[in-house]
Amino acid sequence: MRKMIEGSRAVAEAVGLCRPGVISAYPITPQTHIVEELSQMVADGDVEAEYVRVESEHSAASVCLGAVAAGSRAYSATTSQGLMLMAEVLFNIAGMRLPMVITGVNRALSAPLSIWNDHQDTLAVRDSGWLQLYAEDNQEVLDMHIQAYKISEDDRVLLPVMVCMDGFILTHTYETVDVPSQEQVDAFLPPYDPLYKLDPDDPYTLGAFAGPEIYEEVRYEIQRDAIAAKEVVKEVARDFQSAFGRWMGDVVDPYRCDDAHTIYVAMGSVIGTLKDWADMRREQGEKIGVLKLRCFRPFPIEEIRSALSHAERVVVLEKAVSVGGCGILPAEIRAALYRQPHTPPVHAAITGLGGRDITLQTLDEIETRAQAGETDFFAGLRRELLEAT
Amino acid sequence: MTATRKQRRKPPLGIVTRPGSSLCNKTGPWGIMRPVFDWSKCTGCNTCESICPEGCIRHLEKKQYEADFQYCKGCGMCAAACPFDAITMEEEHR
Amino acid sequence: MTAADFKYETSRGFLPGHRACAGCGQAAAVRIVMEVAGPNVVAANATGCLEVFSTPYPESAWGVPWVHSLFENAPAVASGLEAALKRQGKLDDVRVLAFGGDGATLDIGFGALSGMFERNHDVAYFCMDNEAYMNTGVQRSGSTPFGASTTTSPPGRRSFGEDRPKKDLPAIAAAHGIPYVATASISIFADLRRKVKKALETRGAKYLQVHVPCPPGWGYDEKLSIEIGKLAVDCGLYPLVEWENGEVVRVRKIKPIPVEDYLKPQRRFRHLFRGEDGKAQIAKIQELADANIKKYGLVE
Repeated sequence: MRKMIEGSRAVAEAVGLCRPGVISAYPITPQTHIVEELSQMVADGDVEAEYVRVESEHSAASVCLGAVAAGSRAYSATTSQGLMLMAEVLFNIAGMRLPMVITGVNRALSAPLSIWNDHQDTLAVRDSGWLQLYAEDNQEVLDMHIQAYKISEDDRVLLPVMVCMDGFILTHTYETVDVPSQEQVDAFLPPYDPLYKLDPDDPYTLGAFAGPEIYEEVRYEIQRDAIAAKEVVKEVARDFQSAFGRWMGDVVDPYRCDDAHTIYVAMGSVIGTLKDWADMRREQGEKIGVLKLRCFRPFPIEEIRSALSHAERVVVLEKAVSVGGCGILPAEIRAALYRQPHTPPVHAAITGLGGRDITLQTLDEIETRAQAGETDFFAGLRRELLEAT
Repeated sequence: MTATRKQRRKPPLGIVTRPGSSLCNKTGPWGIMRPVFDWSKCTGCNTCESICPEGCIRHLEKKQYEADFQYCKGCGMCAAACPFDAITMEEEHR
Repeated sequence: MTAADFKYETSRGFLPGHRACAGCGQAAAVRIVMEVAGPNVVAANATGCLEVFSTPYPESAWGVPWVHSLFENAPAVASGLEAALKRQGKLDDVRVLAFGGDGATLDIGFGALSGMFERNHDVAYFCMDNEAYMNTGVQRSGSTPFGASTTTSPPGRRSFGEDRPKKDLPAIAAAHGIPYVATASISIFADLRRKVKKALETRGAKYLQVHVPCPPGWGYDEKLSIEIGKLAVDCGLYPLVEWENGEVVRVRKIKPIPVEDYLKPQRRFRHLFRGEDGKAQIAKIQELADANIKKYGLVE
């Protein structure tokens, strides 16, 4: 059914359709509307779940851990400072191979305090073992949550999945989305059937400590399965297309890249702006393409290579900065192209931090500076503020 | 869950399956003291069996308690706890 | 039947082969809890001595379903277990337990514990109180008693050891108004068993703080665990109290002995027995004991 709803509401409806058993909620801007919508749905009996109003994000993730360990499907959402607070638990959940979905609403990290969007928070937990999917618009946000449970609970994966959506830009905007029916989702996503759970009829010990003689092997298996999960991400995207008729890419989604001279790479909602900008540039005769990176973890090296290696130039937009290092996404793109037969130069533009809009003008600036040969730079800086100090 | 699924997909490494798999670790050699049970003083109160941190004291018949020396660490808590002084600790000689 | 016929019932409780120190109060306490609890339980355990000595991969001393996550989130994990079992309609048959040391419970897990109490999850939380961060080498915790020597509150030229009294977590738990809170000691085992049974039969959040002497941490010969625990209760420093819905309902009466009798056998208090300044500290400890006796009416 087509509805004009807020992005947060789209998340809540998608999660509700996935029939979670336990929802844990701690409020933090701009995730609040998600947990509020779910709360009303539970209060009205539209979603049959235990709604646990936890006292911190660390506990929010821990409650999900306990719930999945006991055999129920679990959900939570967080952002920024909350994501940092639960970071320890995220590593723990992935290490214990417990499937679940958390919405990582993207928001900048303090200090300075900012409630506005960038990608620093979810990128900061990229090592945790969570799969990470980045959504372009609210329809994709909705679809991604349904796909995420299916990917996570697959026996070949058994790793938690974070659905990343840009704070305010997606959470607080109204778009027309197609909300599937419960029957459709039930047919696509069966009830959670744990491989192992805490059950007195078949006891397990979960979370033993591992000495040096075994820790490395356990981590090797997690890495092996996370890399292999890429095929499951692709498979689930295809199955979703068959079941629901929508396709927004699997691990990458190229736009006008086949004959592109310059390809711009980015994640999240900025893809929409990039596509408009690329169309404008095309009308002026410049062959610009846009590569949407949909799945950041596992990082799809082969798909990146095949999408980019024919380009003459690659520009990567990064809405974060690994302080003291370089851009996170640019570094991984460069690594993917390392020692390939044809390696285009990769420019890294850091922009859009703390909610700074990435406009068509910003993209013009980036293209100009890339053409001039700048490789790593901040775009869209307000010079007058910097010169004042 | 079907048997075939369990065959196809074992729990990932690091998840212990068997309850009580610690039984393979024989902690008996840890200590040098051993409890000696005087059954004539025993009333069957079961305090020693309950209090043993290892859980290695058991009774085959009522009022006939003994320790499993595969696991007994010789801590002496059973002797200290027995209300009837029916247990004494002696140095073990191997 | 002979000894060879004896089989350990692996589907319940807490089994031998774990790596606790000989004479460990915690191991004994957990054995009693699990004996009363039976097989239809699931347990969440915080990082600490108990977790480490019971589950070095691939060995596990637990016959019941058990999960260890992190140091500070056992109450939250237990809340999640409870919510899931509730959703599955199994909470009437399967009880949820949580275990944590004093460090995990009073300090780092304090927030999560308070949250679990405030939401009144149907969980029985057992705090194994050996009065320091024992697993990491005897560092001071919020539960370390006044005057005790630990590696982070050592006596020295400018110190008499721990300079703060024990955080009164049972009173804090009771202030949440949860159905049942009790303190217990491994040395008074029938009382402990009764309180464990009561906790498991009560619905809602329960907190049971068990005093568990620690031979290496407190500095005494392992066979004295029971005796030392008794002295702690009898001198008034570890009052055995029960609260229901925030009100004190029962205390265990004592015939008080001087605190010296309890302090003297333990190496962690030995520095108090040198010189006049030490005597002054012991007098302060006696005041704390006397305050407990008065507050809870511990004397007949």
